[in-house]
Amino acid sequence: MTIGLEQYIFVSSLLFAIGFGGVLLRKNTLAIYMCLELMLNAANLALVAFSRYHGAMGGNLFVFFIITVAAAEVAVGLAIIVALFRKKQTVVVGELNALKN
Amino acid sequence: MTDFFFYLFSTIALASAAAVVLSRNTVNAAMFLIVCFLSMASLFVLLEAYFLAVIQVLVYAGAVVVLFLFIIMLLDVREDAKRKLSPFTAGAGLVGFAILVMGIIAVVSSDSIKATSEVLPEPSGASLKAFGNELFTTYLLPMQVTGFLLLVAMIGVIVLSKKLQEPEEQS
Repeated sequence: MTIGLEQYIFVSSLLFAIGFGGVLLRKNTLAIYMCLELMLNAANLALVAFSRYHGAMGGNLFVFFIITVAAAEVAVGLAIIVALFRKKQTVVVGELNALKN
Repeated sequence: MTDFFFYLFSTIALASAAAVVLSRNTVNAAMFLIVCFLSMASLFVLLEAYFLAVIQVLVYAGAVVVLFLFIIMLLDVREDAKRKLSPFTAGAGLVGFAILVMGIIAVVSSDSIKATSEVLPEPSGASLKAFGNELFTTYLLPMQVTGFLLLVAMIGVIVLSKKLQEPEEQS
């Protein structure tokens, strides 16, 4: 049996589900951020697979842009986490409740 | 042979993704993240998107994970205490996960994506020349916007990580 589009979509959506579960279940902000990266990557895999099996270039280029934006997003997000840690001395989401009350 | 590599690398990717989610130590999670990104780059190679595979290794496995490790070691995060999830949270998470998996099964078993996968078209991502040509003609505006976004992100990071000074001290 040769590998078709649906196998790739299956793997990519399973990766997305794993990342989603991680975002829901982890408490550490850094771990949540890693799971977010996993979800972005799963979407990338789906786009590349569709692009390959439809013979179109658009998906590949879109993944290129996604990777660029994700790199920028990681830099900004980690800077925010560092600023937060400087102020609160914690990165656990349960203790970051400055907007409560 | 391609089938074997597909199954190998997708198994590695899924297993290391699960390890990222499950490992309590953040440094271990970052290491598993590298394994996951490398096996995804291998899947990109199998899909004949060679340029994207290289970019994936350089940007994700290189820059992003190194940035993560840098911040982890800078912050000296203690290991996650075994905090009990409230049953409500755990139940909601499991229900969300189950709905997502059901959606996956529904999509994969439907005919809408199977129809196109019978005939494999010519590889499109293989030619770097075609990639660059598209990038600088059809997608020139998104390209410029992305470059500007990187500049904005850089300035934002500098502003965020600068120590805030009192207004009097700034001349």
